[in-house]
Amino acid sequence: MFLGLSFVAVVIGLPLAAVFTEALRKGLGAYFTAISDEYALQAIKLTFLVAAISVPCNLVFGVAASWAVAKFEFLGKRLLVTFIDLPFSVAPVISGLVYVLLFGAHSILGEWLIENDIQIIFAVPGLVIATIFVTFPFVARELIPLMEEQGTEQEEAALLLGASGWQTFWKVTIPNIKWGLLYGVLLCNARAMGEFGAVSVVSGHIKGSTNTIPLHVEILYNDYNFVAAFAVASILTLLALVTLLLKRAVEIRTHENDK
Amino acid sequence: MNIALRKPSVIPGFGLSLGFTLTYLSLIVLIPLSGLFLKTFTLTWEKFWIEVTDERIMHAYYITFGCSFIAALINVFFGLIMAWILVRYRFPGRKFLDSVVDLPFALPTAVAGIALTALYAPGGWIGKYFEALGIKIAFTPAGIVIALVFISLPFVVRTVQPVLEDMEHEIEEAAASLGATRWQTFTMIILPHISPALLTGFAMAFARALGEYGSVIFIAGNMPMVSEIVPLIIITKLEQYDYAGATAIAVVMLVASFVLLLIINLLQKWSQTRTVKD
Repeated sequence: MFLGLSFVAVVIGLPLAAVFTEALRKGLGAYFTAISDEYALQAIKLTFLVAAISVPCNLVFGVAASWAVAKFEFLGKRLLVTFIDLPFSVAPVISGLVYVLLFGAHSILGEWLIENDIQIIFAVPGLVIATIFVTFPFVARELIPLMEEQGTEQEEAALLLGASGWQTFWKVTIPNIKWGLLYGVLLCNARAMGEFGAVSVVSGHIKGSTNTIPLHVEILYNDYNFVAAFAVASILTLLALVTLLLKRAVEIRTHENDK
Repeated sequence: MNIALRKPSVIPGFGLSLGFTLTYLSLIVLIPLSGLFLKTFTLTWEKFWIEVTDERIMHAYYITFGCSFIAALINVFFGLIMAWILVRYRFPGRKFLDSVVDLPFALPTAVAGIALTALYAPGGWIGKYFEALGIKIAFTPAGIVIALVFISLPFVVRTVQPVLEDMEHEIEEAAASLGATRWQTFTMIILPHISPALLTGFAMAFARALGEYGSVIFIAGNMPMVSEIVPLIIITKLEQYDYAGATAIAVVMLVASFVLLLIINLLQKWSQTRTVKD
């Protein structure tokens, strides 16, 4: 018991404490200067932008995929689920590499992109696509078991009573899965904002235009600007803690509903 | 014989949902991943082999696979303890501890990286004690192991926890009434019951640790032949525009990840048949 608790305290608690200690090492003034620095603010804006695009995309996909998988029986269903899980087992760096190969200057599409003056890799669209890839399975993984468990009876009943397809979807299915949806979105968002490896590969690392918060933290750290690095990192840490809190809240709510 | 491609259903939206799903899946996942494999085919076998067996890269494989293995092993031990505490004991702050276990999941890897480096560097809170003993942690493979332990911790805990929770107490009580000691009960009754979950957790932790980049590069020191991990080599090659080399190494890692994924799926199936039998 003591062993376990001290393990957690050391392995998890200490790093958490370290982030905030280092961030505040030079006092609150330096902290606020660091996070309101122009490049930091742009990194924050970019992170939010990328998340604001990737999360809804994967949300729509997750709902569509789980509708197809949970409400129907068809050949190849298990294969589909395995494919959906693929991004989970691909290392983040490889996820980024895959898109550099697809859209980079030396790729098949590369020449066409250059001709049409479209910049994907080393620009924001590349960041968005790489983030969509790595956060791809989150919502679907949450919803598929949930919807499979709920079955099709309620939807069939609604249809029998005369509801249209969309009415059934919005008024019967969505309320049933709303906590699973929220949970999936939470995890998806946390990963989207914190992703490092994949975006590191596709980003141009250009301060102020292609840097997300994690990349900015890296730049600051490599410049030996430790206080600023930890200050910006603390934003993400707070986000992680909020995510955990919300996760807990959703878990409590779902248990209430089960009762 | 009746082979139906799809069971008939009154529920609408099959075409729309499956169509959208497949399109999105192909565009985002399948086509890019196949692009990776196709690119590898532009290399001849010989060149491919030279690329992936270069000495520096072999060392990196050794570091990556070795440190991931050790980290996953450590997590099996402590993960089991954690799951045990969370399931078998009631104490104030238990729910808090339960949520805290998920922190490595939620915390961005770069943040974990710099925090761990700050802790284990020679001047850090933990590092300075080891420094006094003459042991270097940060900037050595030991640091890599610590970072990997951090980020793969939740996997073992989360796979073992449900199995422990679902275990019926009667079996243990029966063993005790037949005269088994606590240790015997543990090794002969409980451990075999949870070993599929433990193995699955190990495999998942191992797989996660293999691909880890963000939390490792800060604490690793990244010296070739000593503390360089495979994802870093991929990025270095990309920066040098050696796309072929980067792709070759990536394919090796990808194949390893897919094999692991297969093993994990099989383990999960095995574990399900075990519990159904019980």
